[in-house]
Amino acid sequence: MSRVDLPPARLEYLNLIKEIEDLFFLEADLLDERRYEEWLALFTDDLRYWMPLRKNLAHQDDRGDITGENDIAWIDDDKATLIKRAGQLRTGVHWAEEPFSRVCHIISNVRLVDSSADALDGKDFEVSSRFCVYRNRVETETDFLVGRRRDILRRVNSELRIARRKIILDQSVLMAKNLTMFF
Amino acid sequence: MTVHGHSAKSLVDFARGEISREVFVNEEIYQEELERVFTRGWLYVGHTSQIKKPGDYFVSCMGEESVILTRDPAGKVHVFLNTCRHRGMKVCRYDEGHTVHFVCPYHGWSYATDGRLVGVPQAEKAYRPPLDRSQWALIEVAQIAQYRGTVWATWDHSAPALLDYLGEAKLALDLALGAWDGSDEETELLGSVQKWLIPANWKFVAENFSGDGLHVVSHRSVDLVGIGPTDGEGRRDDPGKLMMTTSPQWGHGLTFSYLPPDPNRTDYAASPAASQYFKQCWKKRIERMGDRAGLQAVVGTIFPNLSFHGQQPRTLLVAHPRGVAKTEMWRVYFADRNAPEEVKQFLRHYYIRYSGPAGMTEQDDMENWNYATAASRGSIARRYPYNYKAGLGAEETNEMVPGVVTNHPISLTTEQNPRNFYKRWAEFMDAKSWRDLKPSQVDDLSEHRR
Ligand code: FES
Ligand SMILES: [Fe+2]
Repeated sequence: MSRVDLPPARLEYLNLIKEIEDLFFLEADLLDERRYEEWLALFTDDLRYWMPLRKNLAHQDDRGDITGENDIAWIDDDKATLIKRAGQLRTGVHWAEEPFSRVCHIISNVRLVDSSADALDGKDFEVSSRFCVYRNRVETETDFLVGRRRDILRRVNSELRIARRKIILDQSVLMAKNLTMFF
Repeated sequence: MTVHGHSAKSLVDFARGEISREVFVNEEIYQEELERVFTRGWLYVGHTSQIKKPGDYFVSCMGEESVILTRDPAGKVHVFLNTCRHRGMKVCRYDEGHTVHFVCPYHGWSYATDGRLVGVPQAEKAYRPPLDRSQWALIEVAQIAQYRGTVWATWDHSAPALLDYLGEAKLALDLALGAWDGSDEETELLGSVQKWLIPANWKFVAENFSGDGLHVVSHRSVDLVGIGPTDGEGRRDDPGKLMMTTSPQWGHGLTFSYLPPDPNRTDYAASPAASQYFKQCWKKRIERMGDRAGLQAVVGTIFPNLSFHGQQPRTLLVAHPRGVAKTEMWRVYFADRNAPEEVKQFLRHYYIRYSGPAGMTEQDDMENWNYATAASRGSIARRYPYNYKAGLGAEETNEMVPGVVTNHPISLTTEQNPRNFYKRWAEFMDAKSWRDLKPSQVDDLSEHRR
């Protein structure tokens, strides 16, 4: 078997993509194993964790079909609120998650939104990905939520951390009774 | 209405506080509700801040049916059934927008924002004698009315005026929808509508917000972690003494609260901007309203399906029926129009971590309504009525608020409001027309005390 020699820039890029995937796949495991405290450590303290609404608008409407920064959203949390959400799941009396649901995260289509220059320079950079989140609850309750994520990643003490997450769900009327799961 | 030969009244034992499970799970009863409750009652359809300019529209619904709320070129507000007069195609499938015409995708009929049929392709060739377009306008509601920015409609020409229908709830809406400083300044929506489907009968939602102080125990998890606007403790700032009020003749359920006008309140302490705005409003409110400044509308349901929180959070919720065990929740949030942007943003964050499908409080409500509906469907389960006896006989009056009142501290433990909701529900279900639904001459309190 012959080894393929890649240009150094290409190698750096592949390393970075793999590092991001490792972060996202670890994150999915932490969530699905309900290791929320470890999961929260993946986010920076200035986090915005934001899930806007989607709308049905005429094609010429230039607002786009995703609600804006200051509009009502499904979720618009800072890190303190996200910590409280995890804390609520640990109370044992959060009936929407007592008993716990079974949740499975599948993350794919990981892509750098811009060139890798910023990332390699240690600046914040944006990553796009897709999620499929499956929830099965009590006996036969099942939800399947699919969409995109836009994350801003930052290198903190040599580790990649998530500084901003925008969750773009592909539903306008939410077809789940609640959003107790994370994305 | 009769189900297996029973009237609705026989399913709702008001005096004993027992209500049959059929009311929540019976398919025939559900279909009758669409006819008898949702075509007769005044229904909330939207807010004027959603249709500010002529040509603006917002698609809403009344019962299961889609309607379009529009502002025509003359500035007049309309509500139309969202269906083409030709072959029924849904005329508008956007959530909101701005237009001159609604053009039907199917055969191209077009309607103006005042409902007139203005365009019919091939009309000259196709119709002999010519089509009389005036007969084929969009179907418009029988009555429409606005109150403090909210827009309401009914399909019934003989329904009383909205202000009469609101009854005792008018004061609650004044307090809930009014500015913090007690002036006539308007409130406005903080943006878009949260819409989500829940597997529950719509009345679980309506009765809960009409006044169910006993379910506070189910929110223990959020109280433990604390999401309130004062340094993240609890869920709310102290609302003071609670007074639960029913509108005995109209079926609305309201909860008022009262705090003496102490000038040194520290509400919203988690946000310097919000607490400063609150202090400044509170001072003006005391100047304007004196002792009554501390009166607030906390929560309520206007019969049948508009619920509101007037204080913390501030939000309107419509529980749209979508089937006997399915409800589409529409929630909007609002704030003083004149509040600084920073305050609005703080409130927006607080409101949506409280309510909505991701709201840390509301999540648990939906779990309860879901499984209460599901567990009531069985043949055996249906033989056993629900218990609404809490607070029977505790009804009083109170000089501060109208209606039948259960005063603090019992107000948190009475079920008088849900009881009264179902009494009115049964009247709607049994009545042949609004002639039988006009407020009766009953002595309110004595009937409650029976
Ligand atoms: S259904 Fe609308 S034009 Fe035919
Ligand atoms: Fe609740």
